[in-house]
Amino acid sequence: MSSPKILLKLTVNGESRQALVHPMARLLDVIREDLGLTGTKEGCGEGECGACSVILDGSLVNACLIPAIQVQGASLRTVEGLAGTDLSPLQEAFLHHGGAQCGFCTPGMLVAGTHLLEMEAVHDEAGAREGLAGNLCRCTGYVKIVDALLAAGEGRP
Amino acid sequence: MRGQPSLCDVLTPRSLDEALSLRAACPEARPLAGGTDLMVPFAAGRLPDRLFLNLWGLEELRGITVSEDEVTLGALTLFREVAAHPLLQREFPNLVRSAKVTGALAIQSRGSLGGNIANGSPAADTPPSLLAYGADLELSSLRGARWVPYAGFHTGYKCSLLASDELITRIRLSRSREGGFHYFRKVGTRQAQAIAKVSLAAWGRVAGGRLQELRLALGSVAPMPIRATGTEGILLGQPVTELPFEAAHQALQADISPIDDLRSSARFRRRVAGNLLLEMLRGLGPA
Ligand SMILES: Cc1cc2nc3c(=O)[nH]c(=O)nc-3n(C[C@H](O)[C@H](O)[C@H](O)COP(=O)(O)OP(=O)(O)OC[C@H]3O[C@@H](n4cnc5c(N)ncnc54)[C@H](O)[C@@H]3O)c2cc1C
Ligand code: FES
Ligand code: FES
Repeated sequence: MSSPKILLKLTVNGESRQALVHPMARLLDVIREDLGLTGTKEGCGEGECGACSVILDGSLVNACLIPAIQVQGASLRTVEGLAGTDLSPLQEAFLHHGGAQCGFCTPGMLVAGTHLLEMEAVHDEAGAREGLAGNLCRCTGYVKIVDALLAAGEGRP
Repeated sequence: MRGQPSLCDVLTPRSLDEALSLRAACPEARPLAGGTDLMVPFAAGRLPDRLFLNLWGLEELRGITVSEDEVTLGALTLFREVAAHPLLQREFPNLVRSAKVTGALAIQSRGSLGGNIANGSPAADTPPSLLAYGADLELSSLRGARWVPYAGFHTGYKCSLLASDELITRIRLSRSREGGFHYFRKVGTRQAQAIAKVSLAAWGRVAGGRLQELRLALGSVAPMPIRATGTEGILLGQPVTELPFEAAHQALQADISPIDDLRSSARFRRRVAGNLLLEMLRGLGPA
């Protein structure tokens, strides 16, 4: 027997969106499958890797760990919302410093990095690394990602 | 994902009273706070529960209240809120440090103290700090609310005093920690996102050159977070210049009962627990 679905209303990257979903559906699946925003990735599906990072009502969260019922009426920002007509300074810095290789971790890194910059939590390399500790990358060795975040934090390319 | 959201339903109460009524009427509904523990086995299809009681929106379970003698934290207080609280930073630094080493930022934005306690993991990070500060827990049901010392709450591996119609609603810490010392250390594979192999938290007070008060608590060395009461007994009342290091070390080995598991071995845990104790005691002696 299937449980009743709920009509989920969200603000996603500034736009009102709706989806009819099961209350225990993961926010990650709602974003990718119901809202069609596939920038947010699934790496581990258990909160370890940060590939599914999104900003929910101003907090950095792992979308794989949140059931739909807990985001009713919430405001959500995904990687698709980071660029305006131009790329954001952090996205530019990733390009400039070579912060992406295979790119799978990149949406999560950009979202987490954007959150850290907005919280003014990036003062030095140690702070940048601590802030990104929940985002794993199998390719870059992190140095170029940290360089990009520090550069964006200092307002330089 | 192997979990089956289509087979699951969620009860979302609008007030604590309604939550307690639902808890009494449907004890099979699994309380769901931030979900950082529950969603992992749920998504993997390893959680048997089909009905959930969603606590996330309950304002009554949020907030940190400070009075002259006490600090009271709602069960839904998040690690991030603990870490950012100036009074907790000053007076309960062990709790702040344990919140800051729980998972990484995204886990701290969602994980709650009540969930950390109720989940009952022997490796959880905030319980040793709460034990060292002598915390009390408020357990509430339709029958009423009762305060219990946290030190007696866990009764075995994943067993506790919580009745099937109860929720953890608040955590209380008594203030007046002037002149006290605080020690906290978590040993894991890496700083972030790693479950503790061993952790030790202590609070105590030295007066007249003697150790007059001491609470010593450990994680990952027993079926549940524990107080090392035998070790406390050996050390209490002793002059800080002549602490019985060897006897305390032996007592600690009797207080703990670590096991071999995928994260570490019993032998390693015994050795590290002993080293943490000695590090803590050395910090007390003459500089
Ligand atoms: C990637 C990752 C890293 C982690 N790292 C750490 C770590 O370093 N240290 C650590 O200690 N933990 C860690 N955790 C575990 C988890 O984040 C914590 O235990 C957290 O405190 C759980 O809180 P929650 O609100 O998310 O609980 P939930 O997952 O919602 O619930 C956990 C349990 O508590 C019960 N429950 C919740 N609230 C109440 C209540 N008020 N009354 C009664 N029962 C209740 C639930 O029924 C469930 O059994 C990690 C988890 C993940 C996914
Ligand atoms: S997919 Fe969510 S943290 Fe890895
Ligand atoms: S670029 Fe490949 S995982 Fe980070």
